[in-house]
Amino acid sequence: MDFNDTPEEAAFRTEARTWLEANAQPLGPDDEGRNMGELLTPEIVSTAQAWQKKKAEAGWACITWPKELGGRSATPMENVIWNEEQSNFKLPNDIFSIGIGMCGPTLLTHGTQEQQERWIPRLLSGEDVWCQLFSEPNAGSDLAGLRMTAVKEGDEWVVNGQKIWTSGAQICEWGILVVRTDPTVVKHAGLSYFVVNMKSPGIEIRPITQINKAQGFNEVFFSDVRIPDDQRISEIGNGWSVALTTLMNERQSIGSGMGIGALEDLVQFASEIEIDGEPAIDDSQVREQIADYIVKARGLKNTSLRTLTALSKGLPPGPEASMGKLVGAVLQQEASSFAMDLAGTSGALLDEEATPASAAWQERYLALPGLRIAGGTDEVLRNIIAERVMGLPSDARADKGIAFRDIPSGPPS
Amino acid sequence: MNFDFSDEQKLLQQTARDYLEANSPLATCRAIFEGDQSYAVDLWKGAAEMGWQGAVVQEQYGGAEFGHLELAMIAYEVGRSLAPIPFGPSVYVATEAIIRFGSDAQKNMWLPKLAEGSVIGTFAFTEKPGQNGPSRADAAVSGGKITGTKMPVADGADANVAIVAASEHGEIGLYVVALDSEGVSRTPLDSFDMSRGQAQLSFDGAACEKLDSADEAGIAKLLDVAATLQAFEQVGAAERALEITREFILGRYAFGKPIGAFQAIKHRMADLWCKIEIARSNAYYAAWALANNDPELSTAAAIARISACEAFEDTTVEMIEFHGGVGYTWEYDCHLFYRRAKLLSSSLGTPKYWKNLLIDRLQAQAAA
Repeated sequence: MDFNDTPEEAAFRTEARTWLEANAQPLGPDDEGRNMGELLTPEIVSTAQAWQKKKAEAGWACITWPKELGGRSATPMENVIWNEEQSNFKLPNDIFSIGIGMCGPTLLTHGTQEQQERWIPRLLSGEDVWCQLFSEPNAGSDLAGLRMTAVKEGDEWVVNGQKIWTSGAQICEWGILVVRTDPTVVKHAGLSYFVVNMKSPGIEIRPITQINKAQGFNEVFFSDVRIPDDQRISEIGNGWSVALTTLMNERQSIGSGMGIGALEDLVQFASEIEIDGEPAIDDSQVREQIADYIVKARGLKNTSLRTLTALSKGLPPGPEASMGKLVGAVLQQEASSFAMDLAGTSGALLDEEATPASAAWQERYLALPGLRIAGGTDEVLRNIIAERVMGLPSDARADKGIAFRDIPSGPPS
Repeated sequence: MNFDFSDEQKLLQQTARDYLEANSPLATCRAIFEGDQSYAVDLWKGAAEMGWQGAVVQEQYGGAEFGHLELAMIAYEVGRSLAPIPFGPSVYVATEAIIRFGSDAQKNMWLPKLAEGSVIGTFAFTEKPGQNGPSRADAAVSGGKITGTKMPVADGADANVAIVAASEHGEIGLYVVALDSEGVSRTPLDSFDMSRGQAQLSFDGAACEKLDSADEAGIAKLLDVAATLQAFEQVGAAERALEITREFILGRYAFGKPIGAFQAIKHRMADLWCKIEIARSNAYYAAWALANNDPELSTAAAIARISACEAFEDTTVEMIEFHGGVGYTWEYDCHLFYRRAKLLSSSLGTPKYWKNLLIDRLQAQAAA
């Protein structure tokens, strides 16, 4: 048990750090991680693309991907080291997290060589931004119950329906799409997986305003959108299995991107706030509550070290990766609420000038409900842990063994 | 980077598990609950033959000198099996104290016997309800004689030597007291967990020897070491309690299906699993700090202890609940875990105490 590098790892780390020092700015104390739902201005997009291109040209983009496709064929351990080093630098908004974190790995697992050669190099170099078209208004946790249809006409598929919660759809060139190609079989068996060009005729994108007024997500409407059959990933009817690859990579990337480090700031925050003339941190209830939060936050951090160790040995991210988001999101929400309570009546404000110290907590409190839902609600994640990790029986399903078109879908709205 | 135990350490763990599965099934723990023995004497001897009591004792004193990471693996298995032996007090505290603070003569006197298990050690630090740490002691030392009362003392009726916190010239120190000395009297106390003894020790001018180098920081570190090792015991026991509960909810049918198929139970099982994994990760980090003598041990040990106490206790509370009525019977094993959880979270100081300690230490780190 140690945190030391082998000589080869140390050499790789030095190489990575040297390149980063020459090409990026070190992280400042006030630089925070990305915010879900931040507005993607053209400037943000072009800065992010320039950075990605720079990395790709130097061989530092998607380093675990095959060299032939523009990657570095790096080992999992090298990837761990690269991410550690990269996290010490101020980087542009990560507009590629879906493309690189989810679409790329799915194409590498299930795409043909032709498909990989067509899409991976431009995805990797940041020329194309990708999005995910999975959820629908009536298919969230029950994703396999999705209703968007695709009907084959010659060498093309004609697609109709609506997707929702698509991040960054406006700026994307390509999207990954799951649709129903056969409503006469049970729901999981009737799905197929496609790559769709987001500039295709018949696609309409409408932003959704969140409770914190941000507009990170969109509704995407498909009206007779035509997708060539050579953009289908895997066989007709195998879409669910391909989608699971995407989802597992999604939970991994949401879980690992959580800013639980901010919870440590509560000690300082409670030292500066006074209750009846005494620092709040001197109150034993306050101390114990903050200790609880920090114990959990450190537990998640230490768990991620265990996960990194497993990844570095080439083991795949298992369903355990679901824990980070399940525990972390509610933890941050509760801690934000607690921090607002510590602020007394000023908890009623969301004013960065009047109450600079607590405004960040209020922002988090408004952002966190979304994180508890995105990429699998707390309840879905508990099911995953209970069923896939602990081996408990799956839920009784009212739609089991029934053709999709015969499944009850509730009263018309 | 490798934030995991080595293959050799895992092999040692497997050996410990095999041995305890054969020699310390839950019936062994139950036998102590129901019988006249206060601990499993044969199991204690067997553990000594495996070198466990001397896991961190140097070879020159007859120890196996495995190391703290190996001892953590053994502690995990001791916890899993609810082994009814005075392992923690003797190994994590008394033996550790003499290794850390003892003179050559004190080491020669006690370590070989502690390592071979012929002597049981314990730690006597609190005196009355409400106390959690050794920072206050009415027990006083004067001219090499100790006078005062300590309670509760884990395994105090069976131990041969105690490390006692007492004051001399207004300062708290640690003193070694041979419990067969004149002026020592012991009164067994009823234990919340009958598989682990408790007693009151009274000293009336009994001979004692100071552990000279045990200053305030040293005593705090000793407790951090003990808390770290005991966290492994707690996580091991919590994991076992969860496994037993899982088996039960898969086999118990109600409304036509296993009760483990209901989300009301599944989701709470998932939450327990998360709590145990959090505690496990925190224990790993504390073990890393301990084995590498890293100053982060002071916060890491507190964090490990807090999450281990809560994971074990919460698991055993749910264990009884999910078993339903039978879980509340003497016959089922749930209460063995329920009692052990509370015993381990009381000894060495409660989570409440350690939470305050953690914030103290984080504040001290930030100020430094």
